[in-house]
Amino acid sequence: MTRRLAPRHATRPAPGRTPFVRHLAAAAALAVLGGCNTVVMRPAGDVAVQESNLIVWSVVLMLLIIVPVMALVVVFAWRYRATNTEASYEPDWDHSTGLELVIWAGPLLIVIALGALTWVGTHTLDPYRPLARTAPGKPVAANVKPLEVQVVSLDWKWLFIYPEQGVATVNELVVPVDRPVKFTMTSSSVMNALWVPAMAGMIYTMPGMETVLHGVLNRTGKFEGRSGNYSGAGFSHMTFWTHSVTPARFDQWVAGVKRNRWQLDNATYLKLARPSEKVRPIGFGTIDPALFKRVVAMCTKPGTSCMENMSHAGPAVNDRPQRTDEPEGALTRDPSQKGESPHSTAPQGKAPGATDPGAGNRDMTMLDIPALRRVNASKEA
Amino acid sequence: MSDDLIKTIFGRLTLESFPIHEPILVGTFIMVAIGGAAVLGALTYFKLWGYLWKEWFTSVDHKKIGIMYIVLALVMFLRGFADALMMRAQQAVAFNGSDGFLPAHHYDQVFTAHGVIMMFFVAMPFVTGLMNYVVPLQIGARDVSFPFLNNFSFWMTVSGAVTVMMSLFVGEFARTGWLAMAPLSGLDYSPDVGVDYYIWALQIAGVGTLLSGVNLLATIIKMRAPGMSLMQMPIFTWSALVTNVLIVAAFPVLTAVLAMLSLDRYVGTNFFTNTGGGNPMMYVNMIWIWGHPEVYILILPAFGVFSEVVSTFSGKRLFGYTSMVYALIVICILSYLVWLHHFFTMGSGASVNSFFGITTMIISIPTGAKIFNWLFTMYRGRIRFELPMMWAVAFMLTFVVGGMTGVMLAVPPADFQFHNSLFLIAHFHNVIIGGVLFGMFAGVNYWWPKAFGFKLDKFWGTISFWCWVVGFWVAFTPLYVLGLMGVTRRLRAFEDPSLQIWFVIAAIGALIIAAGIGAMLMQFYVSIRDREKLRDFTGDPWNGRTLEWATSSPPPAYNFAFSPVVHDLDAWHDMKSKKAERPTTGFRAIHMPKNTGAGVILAGLSTVFGVAMIWYIWWLAAVAFVALIATAIGHTFNYDRDFHIPAEDVVNSEDARTRALQQAGV
Repeated sequence: MTRRLAPRHATRPAPGRTPFVRHLAAAAALAVLGGCNTVVMRPAGDVAVQESNLIVWSVVLMLLIIVPVMALVVVFAWRYRATNTEASYEPDWDHSTGLELVIWAGPLLIVIALGALTWVGTHTLDPYRPLARTAPGKPVAANVKPLEVQVVSLDWKWLFIYPEQGVATVNELVVPVDRPVKFTMTSSSVMNALWVPAMAGMIYTMPGMETVLHGVLNRTGKFEGRSGNYSGAGFSHMTFWTHSVTPARFDQWVAGVKRNRWQLDNATYLKLARPSEKVRPIGFGTIDPALFKRVVAMCTKPGTSCMENMSHAGPAVNDRPQRTDEPEGALTRDPSQKGESPHSTAPQGKAPGATDPGAGNRDMTMLDIPALRRVNASKEA
Repeated sequence: MSDDLIKTIFGRLTLESFPIHEPILVGTFIMVAIGGAAVLGALTYFKLWGYLWKEWFTSVDHKKIGIMYIVLALVMFLRGFADALMMRAQQAVAFNGSDGFLPAHHYDQVFTAHGVIMMFFVAMPFVTGLMNYVVPLQIGARDVSFPFLNNFSFWMTVSGAVTVMMSLFVGEFARTGWLAMAPLSGLDYSPDVGVDYYIWALQIAGVGTLLSGVNLLATIIKMRAPGMSLMQMPIFTWSALVTNVLIVAAFPVLTAVLAMLSLDRYVGTNFFTNTGGGNPMMYVNMIWIWGHPEVYILILPAFGVFSEVVSTFSGKRLFGYTSMVYALIVICILSYLVWLHHFFTMGSGASVNSFFGITTMIISIPTGAKIFNWLFTMYRGRIRFELPMMWAVAFMLTFVVGGMTGVMLAVPPADFQFHNSLFLIAHFHNVIIGGVLFGMFAGVNYWWPKAFGFKLDKFWGTISFWCWVVGFWVAFTPLYVLGLMGVTRRLRAFEDPSLQIWFVIAAIGALIIAAGIGAMLMQFYVSIRDREKLRDFTGDPWNGRTLEWATSSPPPAYNFAFSPVVHDLDAWHDMKSKKAERPTTGFRAIHMPKNTGAGVILAGLSTVFGVAMIWYIWWLAAVAFVALIATAIGHTFNYDRDFHIPAEDVVNSEDARTRALQQAGV
């Protein structure tokens, strides 16, 4: 799609001879070159493919107007230059009902077309909507259940829990090819966004809330995943590989992870949730099935009660009580509690962020889980 | 001294708060200190303090305040651009396991400061300055409605800028991104001074922005020259009117949301916290309810500049004036109905997302109409390619691409792939540099002769122009590509080596832009040096069409000796074509507002208050606040606020103008 579109754009004859046009043509050519390895335009999953088609169609629709406009700018600028006394000059001409109609109606028609495309596209590609097909012409059978993956964005790594398989991984996502995947997502501290561009667009992960994303991968292989929303010091390395494997390999991989004796229970989760970066993949052979619910309800810490949904329906309403260890407002503190705000390069300065020892210090980026043995999931995959 | 006492006196400020272990900052500080000492020394040596204080700092003249706004914007622009260069350098080298030269805590401050400074302390003062300078002249007024308020607004903006700059050397700035999204900006995750610097800098500057919006709104509504109906206002004034409506309606939302964030941080409320009934989603919604109109606050004045420039340099009436006005009004209203397109990825339902996607697309209709109107203004014109017109043509070609990528982002499923990616970064720089900044440069080149009485040098201006346009595309085309390659914003280091070449190209683009900035400073220098050669005696160097060109360059303090009477759109063009005689007799004394130092003092006290709040120095905050209120009340008892420019002074300056016109042969 991109390829077919691109030459048309790039080889469009330059309508004038000003360096502007040459420059723009060069820029367009450059973009086309980049098109060769652009994952967003050449993804591996049906959802992302449909998203890229929408991108292409919206560009085509808009070029209908933009190309003539750019051409006319150059043509008019050249033709009506002051030195060209041949051209007609009508200093008082300032209105034309016909032209005004075209000016307003042309873009309006394009927007109507684009709006229709948007309405339909947004509803069919709603991330909350279970996939109806895994590829063009391949509808999802009624008895096929999507693979459930619970996602928790931690400071600064990803936790993937497979409730059906009873395993969990950190910073490594393995999915069977051509099977729909349903991600149920939340965050441990601040907002992030789960983004595997080859599979589907991103959706935020938010503390105390649950979001949903559906996707599928149609090719086996290794695809990049990362956080799409800045979340603090370790954000740059919040990356993970997504492996798309055959169903048989997937089962093998699950069995491999299951052999790992490490258990993802509440205590391990609390250790894991401490800030750390550049974490290599970890596998957990057994999981606490209720953990994800507790993470969403923000009651993993000892002494917090899970009072979710007491008064309202739906997880978006925050009716959680205030934490006991919540930092006090600055104005109500004693002088001794004011703390310091040393520059983070000060060698002896206590790094800030220590108001909540449980959540850890966001300026410290070492993983201090000593005993977690990692399973090399990628080898299994 | 006991620890408690020290804490009570100094709050959380300690010696460790100063970045003495950070070589980049120490180097910067030394340079700033030397530069600052040189400037201060020069001012003292040439005995300019009194002049600056009497003629500029305390001035209530809208022209001088406008110029000071633009000087502030240019100074802050250099800081913001230095941040940009650091980011480009960091991203170009941080590959293959290298962490680059900026650690996370520094890099994250750099991109936050870049965004905050460019939006609040470059773009905003630039548009406010231009509106301040031009609007009263265009409507034939002697000043704005509230001249003292204008001075106060300016100094509050300066106070915000000073607060941001202070964070460079005392403590740190926020590491949250330019909108300080909760819960990251809450006390739980950002307990240090960074976010507090952010809050107080924006709150103080926000007072200035809001009041200046009220001021210009009142000015445009109430102070137009006799005969100038709304539909005869110059189109730049119309965009200023719409812009200030947006400011007055949008900025209180920012003030409110930041106030709630500071309550969370200072009093322990739970507006945006994860627990206790708080909801971080509310912060995101509210900040964008301000944030989206904000981008129109920036771009509409630029549209206004282009309308004036294209019409003047095509030697034609503006095509479709009425539809231009309606386009502005439609944009103004629609800009409040699109905020959610900044976070389609939050997980709203498909119908909600579609609604906001489609309203966003609808905005492109009036915007497109404006582009067409400029196009048909050029049609059958006699286009003179002076610098402002060059910027206008570059704008039209650049901006439509930014507009197109903007609509691409407005399709929600496409946005799931584009959100927070470098594609988005490329898009908004495409419209902000290609739209707002090009517009401001066009405006500076266009109105400079009005403000100073001589034109800007064309040679250096042309070099600057080409460096900017080429540099922009070299810097941001790679970002479009990188976005499509799945790279998000705010990344500090990369693992995939195939990305590096694009970041290197982008860095080269940034260097070309740096050359453009250098050429622009050179242009100012050369023009001031050669000012006698570039002198314009007519006051109308471009054969202008609107009233600001009817008076001398620079205009006298009173702008117009007699209020002009307006009969047509393009009033000055109308007067010229009817060969209207300039009055040379019958001048009377002119009633004018008097300078006052109250604005500087109030803004200074606000800075002290803000800094004391940032560092938890409660006693100082209380003292500064009481002093602030007392000074404000005290100022209301100052009845010595006006004076008359004696008739003979008016006669003198008008006679000088007559002689200048004779010399120019008009």
